[in-house]
Formats: sequence, C-alpha cells, structure tokens
Amino acid sequence: MEQIIQQLINGISLGSIYALIALGYTMVYGIINLINFAHGDIYMVGAYVGYALTTFFGLGFLPSLLLAMLTCSILGIIIEKVAYKPIRNSTRISALITAISVSLFLQYTMMYFVSPQTRTFPNVLKGSRITFLNGNVMLDTKNIYILAITVLLMVGLQYIVHKTKIGKSMRAASLDREAAQLMGVDVDKTISFTFAIGSALAGAAGVLVGVYYNTINPLMGTVPGLKAFVAAVLGGIGIIPGAMFGGFFLGMVETMVSAYGGSIIKDAVAFGILILVLLVKPNGLLGKTIKEKV
Amino acid sequence: MKKDKIIKIGLIVAIYILVQALINVGIIDSYLELNIIIIGINIILAVGLNLITGFTGQFSLGHAAFMSIGAYTSAVFTAKLGLPFILAIFASGVIAALAGILIGIPTLRLKGDYLAIATLGFGEIIRILALNTDYIGGAIGFNDIPKYTNWTWVYIMTVITVVVISRFNRSYHGRACAGIKEDEIAAEFMGVNTTYYKVLAFAIGSFFAGVAGSLYTNYFYFIKPDSFGFMKSIDILVIVVFGGMGSIPGSILGAIALSVISTFLQNIPELRMVIYSLILYGIMVYRPMGLMGKSEFKFKLKFKPELKKKGGRLNVSVNNK
Amino acid sequence: MSVLTINNLSKNFGGIKAVNDISLSIEHGEIIGLIGPNGAGKTTFFNLLTGLYTPSSGEIIYNLKKKVTTKDLKPHKITHYGISRTFQNIRLFNGMTVMDNLLIGFHSGLNYGIASAIFRLPSYYKTEKETYEEATRLLEKFNLLDKKDELAKNLPYGEQRKLEIARALAAKPKLLLLDEPAAGMNPQETKELKELIEWIRKEFDLTIILIEHDMSLVMNLCERIFVFDYGNLVASGTPEEVQKNERVIKAYLGEEAL
Repeated sequence: MEQIIQQLINGISLGSIYALIALGYTMVYGIINLINFAHGDIYMVGAYVGYALTTFFGLGFLPSLLLAMLTCSILGIIIEKVAYKPIRNSTRISALITAISVSLFLQYTMMYFVSPQTRTFPNVLKGSRITFLNGNVMLDTKNIYILAITVLLMVGLQYIVHKTKIGKSMRAASLDREAAQLMGVDVDKTISFTFAIGSALAGAAGVLVGVYYNTINPLMGTVPGLKAFVAAVLGGIGIIPGAMFGGFFLGMVETMVSAYGGSIIKDAVAFGILILVLLVKPNGLLGKTIKEKV
Repeated sequence: MKKDKIIKIGLIVAIYILVQALINVGIIDSYLELNIIIIGINIILAVGLNLITGFTGQFSLGHAAFMSIGAYTSAVFTAKLGLPFILAIFASGVIAALAGILIGIPTLRLKGDYLAIATLGFGEIIRILALNTDYIGGAIGFNDIPKYTNWTWVYIMTVITVVVISRFNRSYHGRACAGIKEDEIAAEFMGVNTTYYKVLAFAIGSFFAGVAGSLYTNYFYFIKPDSFGFMKSIDILVIVVFGGMGSIPGSILGAIALSVISTFLQNIPELRMVIYSLILYGIMVYRPMGLMGKSEFKFKLKFKPELKKKGGRLNVSVNNK
Repeated sequence: MSVLTINNLSKNFGGIKAVNDISLSIEHGEIIGLIGPNGAGKTTFFNLLTGLYTPSSGEIIYNLKKKVTTKDLKPHKITHYGISRTFQNIRLFNGMTVMDNLLIGFHSGLNYGIASAIFRLPSYYKTEKETYEEATRLLEKFNLLDKKDELAKNLPYGEQRKLEIARALAAKPKLLLLDEPAAGMNPQETKELKELIEWIRKEFDLTIILIEHDMSLVMNLCERIFVFDYGNLVASGTPEEVQKNERVIKAYLGEEAL
C-alpha cells in the first residue's frame, strides 16, 4: 500500500512533465496537423538554458524558469517561420521528415556546442523531505513544486485559450484554417503564437526535469518527446484537456510498471497502451470519432 | 524473347561481372566493398518500403523493426543452429513477413499519421523486446555471427527484390494497391479488398526487410537492437522520399545518393548529423517530389498496344510475345 | 423477378432517422430515379445498398448474378454480386491515368495469382492483354480513348463524370447506381448524359438507379421515380404520377404552394 502511494507521487511528477510537453504537441498538431518531432528537443534546449542560467549566472529557480520559457518560445517561433512555414502545403510525409530534420539539427547542434556528456543540474530548489506512513512514503517538496507549477501553467493556458482574443483565433484556426482566415483571423500570427506557447511549456518542462532528475544531456528530448506524443494521442490529439489527461495517465502507468515489472519494459508498455488505444478508439480517449463522408 | 528484355538481362549480368572483377583485382578495396554492400541492403529496404508507403500509401515508421527480425532470425539460424545461409535468408524473410502480417492486420485500419505512430510504437516494442531477450544477447548484442554475405549474395537479392516488386506493381494486384493510395473508398467499391492488399503490401515489404536484415547480420559479425531503432526506419523512409514516392529507380538512386553523402560526412564526425539534417531539410523544401517523381523503368511499356484505326475497326496488337 | 427487393429498411444515426421504413422493389432493365430535397436520405440509401452502412433494421435482397441478402453486403464485394456505383463528389484515382483508372475497374473480374504476376506466367499475359483491349474498347465508346494517358484530375468535369461511369461499367454490373451524375453539368452535357445512360442500359442490358436533382433529366429519362423526404419514401410512380402528387409538390415547394 505504501509503495503504491509512493509510486503515485512519483507518477504525478513524471506525468506533469509529460503533460507539459504533450500540450505543445497537441496544440501544434491541432493547428497545422504536423507531428512536431522537434518538440522534444525544445524541451532539451529549455533544460540547457535553465542549466546555464543557474550554473553560470547564478540565477534562482523562478527567474531561470521564466527565462528558459521565453527563450524556448522565441526558438519555437523561429523554427516555425524558418522550417515549417515553407512546407505548410506539402505532403504529410515530407512535413514529417522536415520535423525530424529540425529535431536532428537541434540535437546535434547542441551536442556540438556543449559536448555529448551528461551534466549535473545544480540543486536550485533546496527541497526538504517529508516522510509519513511510518517513514515508508517520502514526499519531496520538489514534487509539490512540479505539480504546482504545472497546474498553474495549465490554468494559464486554459485562460489564454478560452478567455482571450488570440485564444479564440487559435481555436478557430484549428477548426478550419481557411475559414478562420476568411473571417479575418491572422493565421500566421496565430500559428506563431501557438508555437510560442507550446514551446514555452516544453521549456518549463525542461527546467523542471533538470531540477527533479538532476541530469541533462543533448539527446534527453527524444524519448520523453515520443512519450509525450504518445500521451497527446492517448488523450486525443488536438484536444488540450486530452493532453493533460494523457500526460498524467502515462506518467502514473509508467512509474507503476517500472516499480512492479522492471524499468526496461516500461517503454514497451507505453507504446503498447498507445497501440491499444489507437485500435479501440483511434481518436484518443477524449476524442470524437469522425467518419469519412461518401 | 524481346530485344529490350535481352538488353535488360545483359545489363544485369554485366554489372555483376564488372563489380566482381573489380573486387577480384583489388580495385574495389574492402572499404568500397563495404559501401557497396550497404547500398545494396539499403536498396532492398527502400524498395520494400516503397511498396508499402510510396505505392500503397501506407505510412510506416517502423520498417527497421522488420529488418531487425530478419537480422536476429538469420543470426540464430547461422550462428546458433549452423544452418546454411540461403535457408537463413529465406527464413528471415518469412518470419519478418509473418510479423508484418501480425502487426499489419490490426494497425492497417488506421490512416495517415495514426498509422505512422502505431508502426513507430511497434518498432519500439520490438526493439525493447530484443533488448530484454537474453537468448539473442539482449542489450549486449549478438556476437560471432559467421560472415557469409558478399557482393554475389547482395546483388542477387537486390535484383530479386527489384524484379519481384516491380512485377507485382505492374499486375492488377499492384494497380489495386495504387488505387488504395489514391482513394481507399473508391478502390473498395471497385471490388478491391483493401485490408487484404494493405496487409499483402506490408507482408511483401517486410519480407524483403527481413532479407536485408539477414544480409546485414552475416556481413557485420555483430548486431545489437539499437542498430534497428527509430532512426534506421527514418533513414529508409528518407531514401524512399528522396528517390521519389512510388518510383523504384528513384529508390535505387536515393539509396546510392544517401550512402555517398553519409560516406563523405564520416570525415567530419562532429558535424556529420548537423549537415545531414540540413541536407534533409533542403531536400524536403526544394525537392519534395523526390529525384524521380513517380517515374518507372523505361522497360515498363509491356502492354502499350499500337492503336491503329483501320476501316473504323480497332486493331489492338500487343508487342510482348 | 425483381432484381432488388427492399423490405422495411431503416437507418438511424443517433436519434436521426436518415432512412425510415422503406420498402420497394425494382425489376430488371428499369431506369429508376430517386429524387428529394437535400438531406432526404438518398445517398444514405445508396450507402446502405452498397454495404457501406449496415441497416438499423429491414432487409435488402438482390437477385443479380446470385441471390444476396443484407448480411452479405460489403463495399468490396458488391462488384462481385453485380453492383457498381459512382459518387456524388467524383471519386476518381486522381493521380493515375485515365487508362489505369479504368483498369482498376476491372479488378473484380480478374483472377490470376500473385505468383503468376511475379513469374510472368501465361495467364498473366493473357489476362492483362484481354483486359487492356477491353478497356480500350470501353474508352473508345465513351470517347475518352485519346485521353487515356492523361491524369484523371486533368480531365474537364464532364469527362470526369463520364470516366467514373465507364469505370463502374468495367466491373460488368447488372445494376448501376449513379449518385447525381448530372451535377455540375451544363444543359448540353446533361442532354448527352441522358443519351449515354439510355445507351448504356441497352448496350449492357442492366438496371440503373440514379439520384438526381435535375428534374428535366429525371422526368425524361426514368421510367419510375421514388421521392424521398426526411428519410421517408413519400411517393412513387411514373414521372407523370409523381409530378401530380401533392406530397411531392409539398416536399419541394413547401406548404404554401398548395
């Protein structure tokens, strides 16, 4: 019983990270129908920016977090303008390969500059540990920080999407880009904004991961990127609450599986669940089924 | 026999003899031979994936997984069981094809990006299973595999792959696949059993991926699950797209071009992947239809009848006798 | 004997009755028109007839090449039973040539195996040669032969409609379902289409059901007309009978017209 609670706590933290990355995937897919494989690498850049700010500039946790988010959102806008805009009307397959090329570019450019070695993230959050249930369950204050920041960012995102004008443009453009354009929505600006927000969330996730797991490296984005994408599909791609749900769900399942079944199998389980969900409910757990009209 | 058929066979034999002679006299050294072998393996992989993705329109990001199934089958057959290579090649293809059918039946109901993700997921699952199977070496890898693969084997298998898949494409079975790519629902109403043909294309493509895996294994002595990861699947896909979706000569040229590029890039290891990514990006933006577009071999004109109107009646003569 | 009998056929989508309790029967060689306002359930009716949708209740019985009932209907099997269809929004294989479009139409009639294709056995050459010749003849009859190497998407609209009909005929159907064949055609093209359909019935000895909004075409071409409204079959009969029917006038023109 204690172990289950402990794994639940770990699962929520991991799930927060997945959810934050998944949101960017889902928003970008919703608006330009592109699996942005580079998204996991933006998260990696976020982690490195956070690392540099805390290590070399001695900034605290919060300023580093905010600056990392800002840097990533600018990076997101640049990627969209330079790499994705020219291929917006090409086939799905070339769009996908373009996204992969951007991903490789970010990974290996970063590797060129910072070397492939793993770095230790400074301990900027002096966490205290609370133990309870006879000392069998441990709650690090970092867990609380991660969850609190994630929830805060999600609430902020919901506010932007549902209560602001740009949020309305985002929703309109994701329903029908051409119609939105005809109604006077500046689609280019909206897409840029979507990339900015999605990338900022990924950047935040990068810093949080650095703080939580303490190690970062240039290829750290690949696997969480894929997992977060799985999370986005689980919840129903293009659906914002779906990505949140999918992220937390996947985080919990993974920690449970690695606790009870072995940590190597956990990656296979994530993909196994993905395939199962796709087969039973191809549009995700929160998605609607759309049948092609004849 | 028709004249162009003789030319075709002559050309195939001549290429073989030429390269074999150059190997014998040492003009093609072992490094160059290695690259030729890799090109051949990549052609087999790309032509197989082209049938699935380029021709039938089913988006797969897990092709390397079928290569790995073939690679491990061949490793077990030759290293552990000591069976002859030809049997290992065949078994590798068959087992990879069976895996393709097993994976294809449930996933091929999905479309577009969803199918891509599902195949990616299956590829990862197969890789992780291999990592956790001690019998085949797990994460450490599979060692001491006998070296059987040489220019002759690679060349024969490449020719067989190209011939089988282009002949398949030019039958009514191949037309059914092409119809599925264009409009699945319309094809279905034409009497095409779309599930059957999608799984069939998947099985044939996987068969040859298995063969490629077998050739790979028995050339390099050593394999490990991570050699057949997501990036390998992407590499194969890039060859197909770069060469031109649905074009077999394109896949051949694409495999050669990308092998040459990556050989050059090996001289600058620290910037290799950065430049590779830029090249990839350049291809997608400036040549998204690939080198060859959709073009086919010139020899395809088998059933091009000369239509002559004589006295209002239509005379159709077919020049393939 | 009727080639098609329908008993109490219904299809619901959620709470919407797209097709509601329809019964009718059709004889060999008839040209039947289905008319009704947009959303009356005509295309849904076609989709039921071709196995794309499963009926909520009721049954469909065909007596074409063999006796077939509702449970046997699957889109990819209908051509084997002798049924072919076209689509409201033309669904050609756009990236393929006119000839290749037509060749796929022959799919259900071909039967050499994959081994035959790969080893180029005699059956491959024989079948492909015959199919190509047959396709050539069909294209010639449809005046499309000189365009056989053009991509389907580059044909003018009227010719795309014609190619779609030719492709449907390649399956050698006994029953042809045409979904708005005259949509988007000008009066001249519509007139040619009428002649074409009459010629097809005679030449291929088959039954035709067509959905159409062009009243002049329907009234001049069809022997019997079924009128759909809100999923119900509200009237049927010869063009003259239907034109006089009060419910039809109401469905088309609204209550005030009466």
